[in-house]
Amino acid sequence: MININKIRNDFPILSKKINGHQLVYLDNAATTHKPRSVINSLVDFYENYNSNVHRGVHTLSMEATDQFEEARQKISSFINSETPQSIIWTRNASESLNIISYSWGYKNISEGDEILLSPMEHHSNLIPWQELARAKGAKIKYLSLNEDGTLDLSNIDELMTLNTKLVSVVHVSNALGTINPVKQLCDKAHEVGALFVLDGAQSVPHMLVDVQELDCDFFVFSGHKMMGPTGIGVLYGKMEILEKMDPVFTGGEMVLEVTYEKASWADIPMKFEAGTPNIADSIALGAAVDYLQNIGMVNIHDYEKTITSYGLQKFQELESEGVTLFGPKSSDLKGAVFSFHIPNIHPHDLGTILDGLGIAVRTGHHCAMPLIRSLGVSATARASFYVYNTLDEVDMLIEGIKSAIRYFSDGSN
Amino acid sequence: MNDFQELYQEIVMDHNRRPRNFGELENPTSFANGFNPLCGDEINIYLELVDDQIVDISFNGDGCAISKSSASMLTDGVKGKNVSDAIQIFESFRQMLTRKPGEDFSSEILGDLEILSGVSQFPARIKCATLAWHTFHTALTEKDKSVSTE
Repeated sequence: MININKIRNDFPILSKKINGHQLVYLDNAATTHKPRSVINSLVDFYENYNSNVHRGVHTLSMEATDQFEEARQKISSFINSETPQSIIWTRNASESLNIISYSWGYKNISEGDEILLSPMEHHSNLIPWQELARAKGAKIKYLSLNEDGTLDLSNIDELMTLNTKLVSVVHVSNALGTINPVKQLCDKAHEVGALFVLDGAQSVPHMLVDVQELDCDFFVFSGHKMMGPTGIGVLYGKMEILEKMDPVFTGGEMVLEVTYEKASWADIPMKFEAGTPNIADSIALGAAVDYLQNIGMVNIHDYEKTITSYGLQKFQELESEGVTLFGPKSSDLKGAVFSFHIPNIHPHDLGTILDGLGIAVRTGHHCAMPLIRSLGVSATARASFYVYNTLDEVDMLIEGIKSAIRYFSDGSN
Repeated sequence: MNDFQELYQEIVMDHNRRPRNFGELENPTSFANGFNPLCGDEINIYLELVDDQIVDISFNGDGCAISKSSASMLTDGVKGKNVSDAIQIFESFRQMLTRKPGEDFSSEILGDLEILSGVSQFPARIKCATLAWHTFHTALTEKDKSVSTE
């Protein structure tokens, strides 16, 4: 069970007042807040054992290296990867996807090959493949979408063929909240001999993920969306695939031996980690994983499911006001992400009005421009919840929306 | 009064609900398209210039209440004016929105447009209010061009 008050007390920022109101932070799909243990971990590193890793024989360097590698181990257990070696530190999910594209993609994709994506990809899981396809003369295909924002797999056999070399799909949509049937897609991709890349930026913060059970070839995510600091992300890859990949960045840290003529690479994962890594943030991400595991990923998912069900029910009250909620209408099929549109109120106006009430939501295209356009709107407002949010905050959102509708219809408050 | 009510005053809401000079001119002598890639707001400005005078002006497009009402008030504010007066209004309007806190601006030629001065306290929304104005300036000076806020 979740002790919501105890959890909320761990997040200093949640007691902040915004425009005279208690902060109601509903922009967790953009970034999440950090518990005190994560913030303290950063301070502890810089105050007590700041040093470079994998270099010195002095005490601080050894301590920093131990903590840094322990954090990698924590990430590895968290997603149940075969070995910590298969965990590569990056800046974020975008960088992880770019590394896959530049390293694996440029070597293995050729003219006429097909890359299969979903229509609900974040720009980060779209543009690297567009660039790769353009450079190589490959073709990008898209899975079909049902009206409720779930994937339509009825034509999967036509889309996934022996020409398909790579399938890259988002686990949970940042714009709609849709939870995709990724195990099924992964198995199907492997049947046709394609690699399966999974974008877990919106799944791993909210649910238990087991990369071995999913059998995905790559799994990427960002630290800051799971209570960790900004600037740290993860690329997981199967060892046999990583071993055949060349580094995208070269320089310090990633070498075995260097002469004036050439260099040989260090073992995985350091082969992919040129330069001094983001030591402090890696260790703090380890602290975030500790925090999440202490609550329990199953507990987090169950609790957020309650929020999703309640939110879906409350949004029904707004139907008579003409409010359109995009995405699936079942908490089995979506995370606690509510993307919606109100007739005659532009999302940016709604965002400003809600901010006046202390409620933070995201407005715009959510880095998924093609998807938002396909919904027939130029932008949506999006409220995304996390484990520290409450059912009361769902009510406050709904009341905020209602007062905005009243204000925009007749000017009264 | 809440902060947002300072921004969404009755005149603003009225222009949002019933935008003036909305639509396309039949025979514009000049046109410009303005786009804010951050939020997707788009405003088209149509001008009919005879000699040095703005004989007619209209706008259309899609945007938030701030960008729409700002465009609507712009068309009201510059219709009938000559080009140099209109550019002066443009300059004053821009100054009003981008001024630093406490800094003064010349309000006498702005008239009703002064109601939008509160936007300067909402940095995220200044581009909403200025989109139509940059588009208008482009239509006046460059003709048949596109302008982006970025």
